[in-house]
Amino acid sequence: MSLTIDSVARGLVRQGRAGLVVLASLLLTACGYNDIQTTDEATKQSWAEVVNQYQRRADLIPNLVNTVKGYADQEKEVLTRVTEARSRVGQIQVNPGDPGSLKQFESAQSEMSGALSRLLVVAENYPQLKSDQNFRELQAELAGTENRISVARKRYIDTVNQYNVLVRQFPVNLTAMVFGYAQKPQFTVENEQAISRPPTVNFGTPAPAK
Amino acid sequence: MIAIGKAARGAVLGTARSAVRDAAGLLAMLLVLAGSVLGGWGPAAAQQLQPIPPFTARVIDRTGTLTAAGRQALEDELAAFERRKGSQIAVLIVPTTQPEAIEQYSIRVAEAWKIGRDRVRASSGAGARTGAIDDGVLLLVAKDDRRMRIEVGYGLEGAIPDGIARRIIDQAIAPKFRQQDWQGGIAAGLAELQRRIDGENLPAPESPAGGSGSLEDQLTGVLPILLFGFVAGSILSAIIGRFFGSAIASVGTGFFGASALGSMTIGVAMGAGVFLLLLMLGGSRQRLHRVGRRTYHDGPVILPGPWGGGGGGGGFGGGGGGFGGGGGGSFGGGGASGDW
Repeated sequence: MSLTIDSVARGLVRQGRAGLVVLASLLLTACGYNDIQTTDEATKQSWAEVVNQYQRRADLIPNLVNTVKGYADQEKEVLTRVTEARSRVGQIQVNPGDPGSLKQFESAQSEMSGALSRLLVVAENYPQLKSDQNFRELQAELAGTENRISVARKRYIDTVNQYNVLVRQFPVNLTAMVFGYAQKPQFTVENEQAISRPPTVNFGTPAPAK
Repeated sequence: MIAIGKAARGAVLGTARSAVRDAAGLLAMLLVLAGSVLGGWGPAAAQQLQPIPPFTARVIDRTGTLTAAGRQALEDELAAFERRKGSQIAVLIVPTTQPEAIEQYSIRVAEAWKIGRDRVRASSGAGARTGAIDDGVLLLVAKDDRRMRIEVGYGLEGAIPDGIARRIIDQAIAPKFRQQDWQGGIAAGLAELQRRIDGENLPAPESPAGGSGSLEDQLTGVLPILLFGFVAGSILSAIIGRFFGSAIASVGTGFFGASALGSMTIGVAMGAGVFLLLLMLGGSRQRLHRVGRRTYHDGPVILPGPWGGGGGGGGFGGGGGGFGGGGGGSFGGGGASGDW
């Protein structure tokens, strides 16, 4: 082995300083600082897309509420709940790096989802509303937005995962520690228990609007 | 490594042999290290999900629903549309997307295929803009699930909003599908999609199909590999001679370049570049043979045939029949799903 090191040193000397400079820049690349920057920026970008899509959903709501109101004005409770949920979502200032803030954002958004799905269930009881072209397109728009939200969330989860794995691994964890890059909190499934429970299907009376 | 070890054995004497082996081991270790620095190999394979067929044609039918002539007619129509408008539309018919919902499978296909253009160079005609275009559309039919989806690329979300996509499914495609007219349903849907896209002001198509990925992305990957190849080459040149050292380093560089950047051409170019650079920087010095504890002597450099140039071999053909694959378009989950 000493022979090898001897020859390696000889080779480096022979290639002059260029080799050493090149080696130094290689070591700097290998400490992972640039990778942290790249993945950190990727999480920010994908988070912006998540917020953007939630915002898109919130923007659809006034239009949707007005359309439903035209046919089903008596469903005041459901309509109010959607409007309230929307204003609550609008008030939240979220910081994705802070678990508490992220959780608050999540619960406000899932409340919004709940209110919206109740609204759509109610709409099923109004045949005229269901056949309204405007409502049908809003419904498609809403479904598309929900899908965009889930795509954006999945991409955010993936980038956060990449970032977290990176800053935990040796030797990048040392670089991350030095420069103060902490792990980021991940989206969680809010109602884990509710999902793992099989849904109850009732074929009897139509579901009461609650 | 073994082949190189054997070739070198004839020329190198005594203890130098172990130095070669050590050097080979060292190089292998460095290569592995470089691999992990560069982000490692492929992601863990998805388990149990429906596989994504390779993007070999614009119309892919995995169910045998369309006749060969019918498939070709749709293919030709879409190819003509792509030449005329630049926008790329693809059709995929699969039996089922289970266990995933059609939306999940569809976005995976769209991400893998990268339908649509990523960007067009500013020089490609009047009204062209740089930046992402993302003008791809995927029409996915899951026949046994009786579900279909129109997945719309970012750049066409204005031309084909979700409501319109839904309407195309409900009014153009679904009625035909209910009568088992698969060919007619798909053709009607594609006609509607093309009509919508025609109304959109998109950059003119480029004549040849563009390369993969943006130039900057590739250059950021090139530099560390080149540096690494150069350092490894310098070390190896010192140990086993300039030619062999350079050859091994350039093959390694070429291999890593090709696999990390996904382009054989770039890999070969990088390998050749490192090879030439090392040979030139080596100057007029000859390889040293170690014959004793502290004795070196110069010897002739033997050039075996197969190592004439740097870089890896092997060919990538892309898709056949003038089809260049996806252009790098991205999708954000826009579009609509429906059934029949």
